[in-house]
Order: sequence, then C-alpha cells, then structure tokens
Amino acid sequence: MSQARHSTARSLAAHAVLILYTVIALFPVFVVVINSFKNRRAIFADPLAVPTPESFDLVGYRTVLAQGDFVLYFQNSLIVTVASLFFVLLFGAMAAFALSEYRFRGNMLMGLYLALGIMIPIRLGTVAILQMMVASGLVNTLTALVLVYTAQGLPLAVFILSEFMRGVSDDLKNAGRIDGLSEYTIFFRLVLPLVRPAMATVAVFTMIPIWNDLWFPLILAPSEATKTVTLGSQVFIGQFVTNWNAVLAALSLAILPVLVLYLIFSRQLIRGITAGAVK
Amino acid sequence: MGALTLTQVTKSFGATEVIKGVDLNVENGEFCVFVGPSGCGKSTLLRMIAGLEDVTSGDVAIDGVRVNDLAPAKREIAMVFQSYALYPHLTVRDNMGLALKQAGTPRAQIAQAADKAAEMLALAPLMERRPAELSGGQRQRVAIGRAIVRRPKLFLFDEPLSNLDAALRVQTRIEIARLHRELGATMIYVTHDQVEAMTLADKIVVLRGGVVEQVGRPMDLYNDPDNTFVAGFIGSPQMNFLDAGKLGLRSARLGVRPEHLVPGGGQVSGRVSHVEKLGGETLVYLASDDHGLLTVRLFGEQDYAVDEVVGLGFEPNRAFHFDAEGRRLR
Repeated sequence: MSQARHSTARSLAAHAVLILYTVIALFPVFVVVINSFKNRRAIFADPLAVPTPESFDLVGYRTVLAQGDFVLYFQNSLIVTVASLFFVLLFGAMAAFALSEYRFRGNMLMGLYLALGIMIPIRLGTVAILQMMVASGLVNTLTALVLVYTAQGLPLAVFILSEFMRGVSDDLKNAGRIDGLSEYTIFFRLVLPLVRPAMATVAVFTMIPIWNDLWFPLILAPSEATKTVTLGSQVFIGQFVTNWNAVLAALSLAILPVLVLYLIFSRQLIRGITAGAVK
Repeated sequence: MGALTLTQVTKSFGATEVIKGVDLNVENGEFCVFVGPSGCGKSTLLRMIAGLEDVTSGDVAIDGVRVNDLAPAKREIAMVFQSYALYPHLTVRDNMGLALKQAGTPRAQIAQAADKAAEMLALAPLMERRPAELSGGQRQRVAIGRAIVRRPKLFLFDEPLSNLDAALRVQTRIEIARLHRELGATMIYVTHDQVEAMTLADKIVVLRGGVVEQVGRPMDLYNDPDNTFVAGFIGSPQMNFLDAGKLGLRSARLGVRPEHLVPGGGQVSGRVSHVEKLGGETLVYLASDDHGLLTVRLFGEQDYAVDEVVGLGFEPNRAFHFDAEGRRLR
C-alpha cells in the first residue's frame, strides 16, 4: 500500500518536472504562433495574449503568401533538407558499417579522421568552400547546399552509427554470409533495419541544423530561385523597419514541415523491431 | 559426402597466434566435437572451417577440395549459432528458405525442403511466424532447420545449446543426436561443456591454447587420456590428482577418477569437508594433507559427517601415472 502510494508520488513528481520542461521549451514556439495570428498593434500591446476576435488578423500570412515566392522557398528548403538527409544517412551508414565490420589497416585512424569533423565547425572553411563552388560553377544551385550539408552531417552520423553497428550481432551477419547474401544485402537487409532507431536519432540531429541554417544559403545560394525559407524570411527584417506580422507568420509556417519530418522519424525511434530477433 | 581435413592450420590476429598448427581428419558422417576451456581457439577453428575467418597458413579441405579461398556460401556448409541468428524480418519459412533462394533453387523445391525440415523438427505450426514470436527453444530448432534445408556437406554448430535452459538443453541435445543418425551427415560441434561432448561425439577433439591436446572417441579419452589436461577436462566431477611421491611411486602425479576412490582402503586419508547428496549418487569432498582436495563419488545415498576422517583406497591399475610436465606415463 505505502509502496504503491510512494510510487504514485514519484511518478507525479517526475511528470511535474517533465511538464515544466515541456512548457519552458514550447513557450517561445507558442508565443511565435499566437502572435502570428494578431494584428501589429496587438503584438506590441500584449505579446502574451492569445488572439481575440478584435486582435485576430491574418495579415502576416497574407503578406508572406503575396510577397516573394514562399512556396518555392519551402520547396527549396525541403529539397535541400531531404536530399542532404538521404546522403548523410546513406554514406554515414555505409562508412560506419565498414568501420565496424571490417578489419583493415588504419581502421582506427580512419574512424578518428571521420569523427574529427564533429569538433571542427564547417563554417571555418566557408571561404574555401565558396571558392570551390565558384570554380565548379555550383554557386546559386541547391546542389551546392546539399553537398555542404552532407559533409557537415557525416561526421556525427558515422560516429553514432558505427557505435550502434558494433552492437549488431556478428552471428546474424555471418549467418547471412553462409547463406550466400552479398555484403550489400547484409548491410541493407539485415543491419540497417536493426539500427533504424539510431538512424532516426541521426536524422533528427542532422535535419534541424540544415533546415534552420541561414549561413550557407546566404553565401552559396542567395538567388531568388534557390532561396530557402530561413533566407526568404529575412526580406521582412529590415535595418529600420521589421514587418513582425510577416516574420512571425513565416516562422510559424517554417515549423510545420520540420515537425512532420520529426513525427515520421520519432515513430521509427519508438518501434522496437529488433526485440527478440537475436537471443 | 562431407569429409573434412585440416593440415597444419594456423591463425594469427596481429602478433598473437590463436591456432598453432592443427591437423585433423573428420570422416564422412562423423560427429566431431571440439571441446576446451574458453579462449582455447575452438570457435575460431570452426569459423575458419566455415570461411568466416581467413586461414593464416595451412589448408582446409572439404571432400579433398582445398577451400581456403572459397567464400562461406560456396563451401556447402551450414552453421548453427549460439545466438540463433535468425533473420528478424523473415518468417520461419523464409528464414529456412533464404539460402536456397539465394542459390536460385525453384520455389516449389524450396517449399518442399522447408516443409520436410519443419516436419523433422515439429515446426510445422510455426512456419508463418517471425522469430520475435518464438521461444528460445523454438528459435534454436528453426536455426537447425535452416541448416538442414541446405543439405550441406558439413554441419557446423557453435555452442548451440548455451543459451537454452537446462531441461531444454538435454532435449535439444537428444534431438541433435537423432538428426545426426537420420541425416548421416558430417557434423562439427563446438562446446565448452564436456557432457555435451561425451554424449554427442563420435570423435572428440580437446583443444587448449590453440593446440590439439588429444583426439579420440569419448571413452578412449575417458579411459586413456594423454595428459593431465585431458584427464582433468573429460569427466565430471574432475579427476583427482594425487602427489605420487608421497605414495612412494616414481611418477610425479597419479590420477584417480572420483568413482575409483573407495572408502575403507589405507592408501590415502582425508577429512570430510563437504557432502553433496544427489539421490542416485553422493559426492564426498575431502581435504587431504598430502594431496589437497579430493572428490569421491559413491553410488546411492551415503552418510558422512563433516570433519569425519576417512581412509581411501584405489585399484592401482585404475590409476593414471603422469610425469612432472603432465604427460601420461604408460
């Protein structure tokens, strides 16, 4: 009896802490979203108030949809994020498989070299990257962004995935070899499904910085045709006047796609397909 | 159909030599068990036969054909792993059929082979389930079924019973023995459990530190061990090693099996330190001043009190003589 009451108290306390954290984390998002539905005066008069019939105004969304080509910006952001994510996961997983599975000279050094990128920010190389893109004629293309983001995401992906792949049963891979599966089949059909939760983690960590990045779109692809959402929203932030309605509306819209991607991956995070497969 | 020959096989990982020149012949249809303590190289040797590890030097030949550079799938072998290693995304039927499918066997033939294996192992009602929906014993039967379906020249077992509980272990052991009789196939079986080795094997290979200590039929190893290691490893409880000098003999050590030490004699004496009554037999542990801890195995229920002093005797022709290096003196 007392044991049961005790554990209820504990779970209440745990939930209180978690709820508090959730409120703190979601508060800025909440403020951005509610204010995007208010008129300019209401935003400044009482920033924390929810929209009322008097203060409700969709002017921000109207501006965003009218000015600039936001559908195109969204499309650009999505293409860059999804393509980069795909390449990071594919090449990251392949490199991680090689590092964890095969004994070869310099394996350890190669692993360290690939992990080094976690510690060195890619922005340090911006000038060199820009020169390279200019030389190869890739400036103002989405390809440039995809290449840079793939390079940026790989170190962490290789690092996390190689740790997880070491945990995949050797017996399973060997059973595949004896049954005549190729190394590619073993990688794609046996190992990848088992490290799916790790892939989802890497995907989330890789995706968000790419979606939110302003630096490389501004430097490598600032043309109208290749603008991303974050870069596109900047037109509303002026040196002297900022169109807050439009900025908040653009930001609210920018949350949506990334939220959808997150939901897709988080389902993978939860699904425990490996349960009971080995041992 | 599946003879195996190893000729001076060695294996090194970097500078460490794990297998130090193994020669072995396994006849067609033989059940051969590699046994030894952990780290003796028995699993490595099995993996070399399977082609999962490269051979550093020497030759591995199956049916007289050198297979050193052949991929595992081309060696016509099948392997059963300790962790079962079933494909988690495939049903039992597909798990069994995958190797044949890879080899391009017609679908009807695969289904027939899988059904036949399922019948042998009583797996028929489980064919459409996935590994996650099976118990440990069922999974191991599927793993064995997967091996049978391929009709390999060689069956390789890597400690297949270690993850099962005691009752299931005995049951599966009997099943493997039955399969060996029915299929008549050559089987190589790795275990650290000498009971499994004794009960299953036609031929036991005792390994220690990458070296073959002795090869022979179970009873040959039991009744005629080459050295103290084999004598101590085969048989449970372990053989007693007496200090032969203290008994006035010329050899260094004298090995006597627990069942051959009989109370009442005068050659050795000791103080009872512990008694284990198992119903059918009684194990008496004695501390002896001259020879250390001794084990006596007696038939039926016997009453001994702790601290009681017991005199022991043995028939001299039942004892094994060993020299100072542990080699048998015959």
